[in-house]
Amino acid sequence: MPSWKDDVEVLVDEGKISVPYSWTVGSTLSRFYCELRDNGKIWGNRCPSCGKVFVPPKIKCIDCYEDLRDWVMLPGTGTVETYTVVRYQEPVLHPRKAPFVYGVIKLDGADTGMVHFIGGVDPEEVKVGMRVEAVIEGEREGNILDIKHFRPIK
Amino acid sequence: MRYMEKVAIIGVGMTKYDRNSPLTFAEMVFEATSKAIEDAGISKDDVDNVVTVSSDFWDGRTISTMAVTDASNAYGRDITCVEGDGTFGALYGMMRILSGTFGITIVCAHHKGTESSMNGITNCAFDPLVERKLGLDAVSSAALQARRYMEKHGLLEEQFALVSVKNHGNAMRNPRSLLPMEITVDDVMNSRKIADPLKLLDCSPVTDGACTLVLAPERQAKKLTTTKKRVWMKGVGHCTDAFRLGDRDLADTRALKKAAKRAYDMAGIVDPREEIDFAEVYDAFSYMEPLWLEGLGICDDGKGCEYLERGWFDYGGKLPVNPSGGRLSANPVQAAGLYAMAEATLQLRGKAGKHQVRGAGTALVHGINGMCGQSHCVWILGR
Amino acid sequence: MGKRVGIIGVGQTHHAAKRLDASGVELIAEAVTRALDDAQLTMADIDAIVVGNMDHFENINYVDGWAVDGLGACMKPVFKVTTGGTTGTTVGACGYYHAASGLFDVVLAVGWEKNSESDTQAAIATCANPTLERDPFAGAIGPLATEYSMYMKAFGATEEDSARVAARDRNNALNNPYAHSRQAVTVEDVLNSPMLSYPVKFLDMCPRSDGACAVIFANEEKAKKLCPKPAWVHCSVVRHDYTHFGDLEWKFMPTLERASAEAYRLAGITNPLKEFDVAELYLPCSTCGVKWMDSLWFCEHGGAPKLIRKGTFDMDGQLPINPSGGVISCNPIGATALIRVGEAAWQIMGKAGDRQVPNVKKALCTGFGGCSWTGLMILGADLP
Repeated sequence: MPSWKDDVEVLVDEGKISVPYSWTVGSTLSRFYCELRDNGKIWGNRCPSCGKVFVPPKIKCIDCYEDLRDWVMLPGTGTVETYTVVRYQEPVLHPRKAPFVYGVIKLDGADTGMVHFIGGVDPEEVKVGMRVEAVIEGEREGNILDIKHFRPIK
Repeated sequence: MRYMEKVAIIGVGMTKYDRNSPLTFAEMVFEATSKAIEDAGISKDDVDNVVTVSSDFWDGRTISTMAVTDASNAYGRDITCVEGDGTFGALYGMMRILSGTFGITIVCAHHKGTESSMNGITNCAFDPLVERKLGLDAVSSAALQARRYMEKHGLLEEQFALVSVKNHGNAMRNPRSLLPMEITVDDVMNSRKIADPLKLLDCSPVTDGACTLVLAPERQAKKLTTTKKRVWMKGVGHCTDAFRLGDRDLADTRALKKAAKRAYDMAGIVDPREEIDFAEVYDAFSYMEPLWLEGLGICDDGKGCEYLERGWFDYGGKLPVNPSGGRLSANPVQAAGLYAMAEATLQLRGKAGKHQVRGAGTALVHGINGMCGQSHCVWILGR
Repeated sequence: MGKRVGIIGVGQTHHAAKRLDASGVELIAEAVTRALDDAQLTMADIDAIVVGNMDHFENINYVDGWAVDGLGACMKPVFKVTTGGTTGTTVGACGYYHAASGLFDVVLAVGWEKNSESDTQAAIATCANPTLERDPFAGAIGPLATEYSMYMKAFGATEEDSARVAARDRNNALNNPYAHSRQAVTVEDVLNSPMLSYPVKFLDMCPRSDGACAVIFANEEKAKKLCPKPAWVHCSVVRHDYTHFGDLEWKFMPTLERASAEAYRLAGITNPLKEFDVAELYLPCSTCGVKWMDSLWFCEHGGAPKLIRKGTFDMDGQLPINPSGGVISCNPIGATALIRVGEAAWQIMGKAGDRQVPNVKKALCTGFGGCSWTGLMILGADLP
């Protein structure tokens, strides 16, 4: 049976939810980013109960739910646990031009990995297990991009 | 742990998977819900509460469940909303029945992927204070997980490609499917590189769809339906791992193991490999299917691909996995898990048509929330 | 039949307009830690967790995953529920059903919001149908103003009646150390405050806050073992009513009428005004503190102004409403309705400090949200 729906010109209403956000960094990550911004250093914090060191630092241990009060400075070197070469481009999301490399880097002295860019190297040369070091930006704003990327230790 | 009363799925309704559906998502929910009510053989007035699975992000609306109140038959009834995968919505539906408060319960989920930006929305799952600024999303983070899984167990991209070949092939038998395809490992390997090691055919398609289940407590289920029609919710478990990708070993499936154990214990399953007849496992990316099958205890850690190559998980294999075609063939994100439960219900009724798994008596359905399978929900359904 | 369930612990943050010292996760941790302390439990005692908020206020997708550090949810069952303004009651109900189902013994329910992080009205506006109503008629103030002007015309209620409610709640907040806004105000102050949208004035309206609330539910067996005086859940009911704004009934509050009628039936309550000892109500605007009293069956339609003028709902009245200061004193939206549950539980447990109403046996708490959505719980000192 023919329906009136067959003849309807179906419209699409283009929209965008644009609500501005100002995220509170909170005490724990504020300290982490201030150290990074002011001194170019990467700090983690340690669980008083199980001894696990977290980078980026946390408010509570994920296993023990203890407050993490002890802070430890890390050398900024580490090992690539996994990586991906990103071939597509999301202009709004990606702060780098594709192809670029994300990696999970286990920093020396930490028990958790940190996700960041791997740079200063041909993307095709990146390997799991590669030793890397943090490259700190010259001008810093107090956020995760104050670390430019991790590059292979020559 | 045994629960006090049994809960059954007595009705299912699904829209055909689509792209750029001309229907609004509320109209899609109305279609799925009407079909489910009809399938259950009840009147809409028999329903006393509704769980919608809605997401303010994917729907682009605050209080997104508002938009499907009427469509889901919730007007004047008790309604609530779970934000996450449909499997979690079904779990809440079951809890509400077991609490003794509710009788016939509708659980509906919808997803209109073609109306939104998948990468933008999944980027918002990352902490705005840390990883979000790097531009991560569901695809690039999955790629990190895939690589870690390969490295840990010495797996190859070609092995993951087999999952895509199998599931797109299964979709050929499912009339609702979005991407039925006869493809080869070479086709997958030669498809466009997205984020190494993932290529286009390792990834699931953007999909529109809505699905509704009608649940009932034992007493009502037995009154309203025949033995053949009702499917029992025999066991369920859910569990969440740590948030930051670096907090987890991405190739470790400890949260899934815990969720599965809970579901198996509840259902009285001792050896899932022998007792489960088929599984609908979350496969938004090809590598996930063998990884989660390991977490589900169907095979030992690192052995998923080996079993896959031996044909265990083929449509005619020992334990068919994703006979519907899986998420690789159609992935309405929020609704994906509920579709999988609906598919399993049809299988257990023996009414799955061309993709019917022979002798299907016990099914496993698996859904996830969050990035790289942070949170899992495992269901055991049975006749 | 399901299990009977009691509330055995409550924790709240010190709510504020802007908690710069704490991120969302840190706020959650603060409330959770306090709830555990209140119940004298550790995280190991918690079997499952529920969390809720409104996505577009902080722009966090999959909050159940993101909040794991604060919730203590790593390697535990957790999921998210959300229903706008009623999210808090929805979270509470979900915690209750978790325990009542028999699937989990001790359940942590957490509502939170960091409203300082975004434009609250802009985010709320997106609840309206984008192709019909988002532009002309959205946000919270307009619809609330509209319903009260209609009620005034129909029943002779006045701007002074609602100002009286505002002064009552705001002065009650002076006794609540957790409240965001604690200021002594007079009825005149309210009437003289800037007009937002006739007849709603600045001091009639709720603020937006940063805060979190955590409530611990346990089944009967566990609750009796773990808590000397649990607040037992007698029932939880939700009603919802939205198609388009134009379809709503404005003179009454149909969802509140339907939800409370059902809840009173379930809890065996025949005279709510007499049988409840205290109520913590989600009144987003003082005008609701007038009009909605009819809908809670405290009086016939149009009877509320008389009760307000008599002081029935004052701290020393027949049925004290909002000893905590209510929503117009504190409104971290995803937590707001759960705070009502937590405050009502504390009243029953005798832990409400300076705002304690003596000898509370039965308490009513409600949640309200867009659009025209009611969640409601009845708590009692005795087993249901």
